[in-house]
Amino acid sequence: MAGTLEFEKPVIELKKKILELREYTKNTDMDLSEEIEKLEARLERLEKEVYENIKPWDRVSIARHPERPTTLDYISRLFSDFFECHGDRLFGDDEAIVGGIAKFHGLPVTVIGHQRGKDTKENIRRNFGMPHPEGYRKALRLMKQAEKFRRPIVCFIDTKGAYPGKAAEERGQSEAIARNLFEMAGLKVPVVCIVIGEGGSGGALALGVGNHLHMLENSTYSVISPEGAASILWRDASLAKKAAETMKITAPDLKKLGIIDEIIPEARGGAHRDLNQQAEAINKVLKASLQELSSLSEEALVDHRYKKYKLIGEYSSLNEFIGVN
Amino acid sequence: MLKELFTKTKKKKYATIPSESAKQDVPEGIMTKCPSCKKIMYTKELVKNLKVCSHCGYHHQMNSKERINSFVDSGSFQELNREMTSGNPLNFPDYKEKLDKDRQKTNLNEAVVTGVAQISGMGVVVAIMDATFRMGSMGSVVGEKITLAIEKADELKVPFIIFTASGGARMQEGVLSLMQMAKTSVALKRFSDNGGLIISIMTHPTTGGVSASFASLGDYNFAEPGALIGFAGRRIIEQTIREELPEDFQTAEFLLKHGQLDAVLPRQELRDSIISIVEIHQPGRSISWQEL
Repeated sequence: MAGTLEFEKPVIELKKKILELREYTKNTDMDLSEEIEKLEARLERLEKEVYENIKPWDRVSIARHPERPTTLDYISRLFSDFFECHGDRLFGDDEAIVGGIAKFHGLPVTVIGHQRGKDTKENIRRNFGMPHPEGYRKALRLMKQAEKFRRPIVCFIDTKGAYPGKAAEERGQSEAIARNLFEMAGLKVPVVCIVIGEGGSGGALALGVGNHLHMLENSTYSVISPEGAASILWRDASLAKKAAETMKITAPDLKKLGIIDEIIPEARGGAHRDLNQQAEAINKVLKASLQELSSLSEEALVDHRYKKYKLIGEYSSLNEFIGVN
Repeated sequence: MLKELFTKTKKKKYATIPSESAKQDVPEGIMTKCPSCKKIMYTKELVKNLKVCSHCGYHHQMNSKERINSFVDSGSFQELNREMTSGNPLNFPDYKEKLDKDRQKTNLNEAVVTGVAQISGMGVVVAIMDATFRMGSMGSVVGEKITLAIEKADELKVPFIIFTASGGARMQEGVLSLMQMAKTSVALKRFSDNGGLIISIMTHPTTGGVSASFASLGDYNFAEPGALIGFAGRRIIEQTIREELPEDFQTAEFLLKHGQLDAVLPRQELRDSIISIVEIHQPGRSISWQEL
């Protein structure tokens, strides 16, 4: 099976064995049905064990799976009449971010998302889903347009991070990201963000200041890639697995930290196993989000976003130690 | 075989080659030669194909009448301010005569036609610039007619759609032409602040003061394939920077790559795409978010 991940190998191997035995019984007179039944029971237990105890690093590998569905996969299944709009009107058209107008259950929305490629050629064109400033400026242009026409904004987050390159710095990568955080805070329309793959640092957050933030079960969201963290903290990128566990980057961890609103369940083994089922799971959560947010006034939406981010962060006060109020 | 060699009736070694002038001489009106692939085709068929060459996809220029016929719902177009004509504010020599000549040649009064129309039953205001009249240049009348059309769209609360084709500001009206850039932009700003939808479709050629005002101010900016779009002319830029420019410089595709356009729309897809966009922006839906 293509794209088998390390942690699920025992399951796949057992499945193969059962299949082999079945073939064997077909071709000979031997009756192995009892044996097969036993193995199947074992498979069920094993699957449960493997998929219900997915380690953070396993989730990282699912989130990076080459066949993991991308923004455009979900757009074509969740929306109708999608019309892609190009360009930031300033410098270029960054294909690492796609965006446009569409209808969700017949109502107009603006959809924006990071876009990885499916093969090497497309990945080069889309810069492996790592945007330049013009990508963020295109996204902002489309958000402002959505605000003008009073339609909600849906953002799909799926990037290793903003592109670390010379040209990106020259054109103001930091300013572009910062501007998006600043402007998204004031949008007078509902903004729903969904992490569908990797949420890599500022490059992800630049599409992520929303009223609701949801994550697919096996997606990740962090301040830096596990490899990056390991190399900075321990000067050894091979300790990425350890970093993935320490940094709390999975959906369940972020839910516990109060960063995200909903965990959107995935099919066993990851979203790539059943794209339609995954789209349906997103549909359910997105619909509920937009229903809820659309009842808020413009001021209430901005206020809602303000309070959401105001609440994030943990700290204590020296006063607590010395007993002063 | 040998016999053939010695026969007296040798085959003609020459053929009649039509003269250069005869080659070019395609009967006016019946046939059209594509300037891109040089194929010759029936004009009727070309028009039927929205003036797009069926061999190479070259988009032949459309005049305002052809554009209206191909874009809006049949019979829905009601022209606005048709009677408005230019004065000669600077007493520019020969300006009046040139205008008269173009009026006769094109049967138009000015370089833009504006009107109220419907596309797929939805009300819109359209403005179509016509490059056959004074190269679609913008003087006081073009500026005023476009401004009045924008105000009409604001009044009717319908989208404003403009097809641009222009060499830029009209030299014969001097600074008055320049100020039409400001006038149309001021009108668009008010319309936009009132929530109006602006769609600009740049056709060949859209340059100078027109590209630097309303043509670039759409909520959606589109262009037809291969259209020349730019501010300064190619020759001026080459002379200024003393550098040869790339071949595709200032084409629609070049602009798309450089972030200036939402999309390049082939003429065959144009009407449907615009209808779909206008439809998404229609107010008053039968369902609401709460009822989903």
